[in-house]
Amino acid sequence: MAVVTQVLQSEWTKIKSVRSTVWTLGLAVVVTVALGALISALSKNEFDKLSTREKLTFDPTFTSFAGMGLGQLAMIVFGVLVVSNEYSTGMIRTSLAAVPQRGTFLFSKITIAALLAFVVSMITSFVAFFVGQAMLGDLKAALGDPGVLRAVIGGGLYMTLITVFSMGVATMLRSPMLSLGILMPFFFLISAILGNVSATKKVGQYLPDQAGQKVMQVVTFDDDAPYGPWGGFAIMAVWVIAALICAYVLLKRRDA
Amino acid sequence: MIELEGLTKRYGEKLAVDHLTFTVRPGIVTGFLGPNGAGKSTTMRMMLDLDNPTSGSVRIDGRHYRSLRDPLKVVGALLEAKAWHGGRSAHNHLLCLAQSNGIPRTRVREVLDTVGLTSVAKKRTKGFSLGMGQRLGIAAALLGDPEILMFDEPVNGLDPEGIHWIRNLMKNLAAQGRTVFVSSHLMSEMALTAEHLVVIGQGRLLADTSMAAFIAENSRSYVRMRSPDHERLRDVLSGAGITARPASDGSLEVDDEDAPHLGELAARHRITLHELSPQRASLEEAFMQLTAESVEYHAHDGRPPEEVPPGAPAAPPGGRPGWGADWRKKGA
Repeated sequence: MAVVTQVLQSEWTKIKSVRSTVWTLGLAVVVTVALGALISALSKNEFDKLSTREKLTFDPTFTSFAGMGLGQLAMIVFGVLVVSNEYSTGMIRTSLAAVPQRGTFLFSKITIAALLAFVVSMITSFVAFFVGQAMLGDLKAALGDPGVLRAVIGGGLYMTLITVFSMGVATMLRSPMLSLGILMPFFFLISAILGNVSATKKVGQYLPDQAGQKVMQVVTFDDDAPYGPWGGFAIMAVWVIAALICAYVLLKRRDA
Repeated sequence: MIELEGLTKRYGEKLAVDHLTFTVRPGIVTGFLGPNGAGKSTTMRMMLDLDNPTSGSVRIDGRHYRSLRDPLKVVGALLEAKAWHGGRSAHNHLLCLAQSNGIPRTRVREVLDTVGLTSVAKKRTKGFSLGMGQRLGIAAALLGDPEILMFDEPVNGLDPEGIHWIRNLMKNLAAQGRTVFVSSHLMSEMALTAEHLVVIGQGRLLADTSMAAFIAENSRSYVRMRSPDHERLRDVLSGAGITARPASDGSLEVDDEDAPHLGELAARHRITLHELSPQRASLEEAFMQLTAESVEYHAHDGRPPEEVPPGAPAAPPGGRPGWGADWRKKGA
């Protein structure tokens, strides 16, 4: 059996030696922080125009994460490219000839990419929070307030899991275009529509991103979701595990 | 040593590889020959456990490829050209392969030097020419210093100097006692490098023989004779118990006799000869004959098919015979 530490080291070399890693991860940080700062600044200026009800349910933490909806798309691109680059370049045959134990290959690759995504996501989440709070002025929340630290850590975990989910889907589909063509509109549009239209909300709230974002919210006063922050996160984790199992089974059985 | 036993691959209705059983031995270059689409690449992918066989098995030194620890130290393979990420440098490509199999970092520099890519080691492989790509693929195959080497069409895209280099490399590797298995669709290329030959067509084993035996069996030799006194020459030959076959261009073809003997016979009967030449069919023709029935993609020479009057011979006089036609004639 291939030695796991060797394969992890190899995957680390692979991930740091292509430019798309820096581009996608860098874009995720910049977009999430900048858009969060912008929305936070706008929210502060518009706060007086809000209704009493809206003022009462205003969530300064979640407001500073407003850029994550767009930033997660860059993380999705990162996750998809890490996997599907192997297929689109033919590298997969070289890789599997070097590491024929496909489970070791897949989970080493995902572990390395997930660790990198975790570090970048946590930094992004904390920076987005602090920059956003600075923009909010008087309305700001502090890290020590109830539920805030959980939400900020949750933001980092959410982006990490979105990345891992994308890697699972990309392993199943192999083609980068097909993977992005399904994941990007799904997470950017379809899921948000399903989660906000009352007729489909019952189903929509169990989608990975809708459920997972619960952990990033502090003020859940107005909420009728049948799960708490960590309950929602667990639903998302189940989606990710299911994607990884499908990916493993397909990779194991398929011709490279 | 690589052992194939009843190796079969089926894609839907189509049998790409059909019960292949043969052994690739160490110490010699074994050529793996077949027309395009014969199943060579599929067979090699199954040897590396990239494709799952429908049935049958491949053993590498008695073990299944998937059970090898650090397989690059056992088998080095050049598969199709450019099986790597174009955005990664040649050095990093080899480094990630080396690390996955616990091969020391210094070995990367060594193989880059062996294949002559040291000067472009830090460049992204996207800009590599076909020939440079082949060299990088060969560097990856040599990385683990393996006892078994597999090359799929290694001369593709190489310039004459590169072809010369790879031929010598393969011979040297075999001389060191390694197992060298190389595929090609060019018989002439194999004749220069391989000692043993495995020929397949439409996935089936057609020949598993030494190169020398293949040449002896398959290259027909005969003597061509041409004389203005055609009829008398035929009579003299048949009088001497020699069977002569009239060829389409008016000459006679004689099997199993040597040219001096035939020349002396003609001189004794004072027959003028315009041509007396020993002929030997090329290995390429022998290969075509062997695979004529199993060629997957038949090409035509672009001319419209000629109208053949009923009862006329299949090959029109003066026209070039089709693939393998010459050999069916021999059998007739």
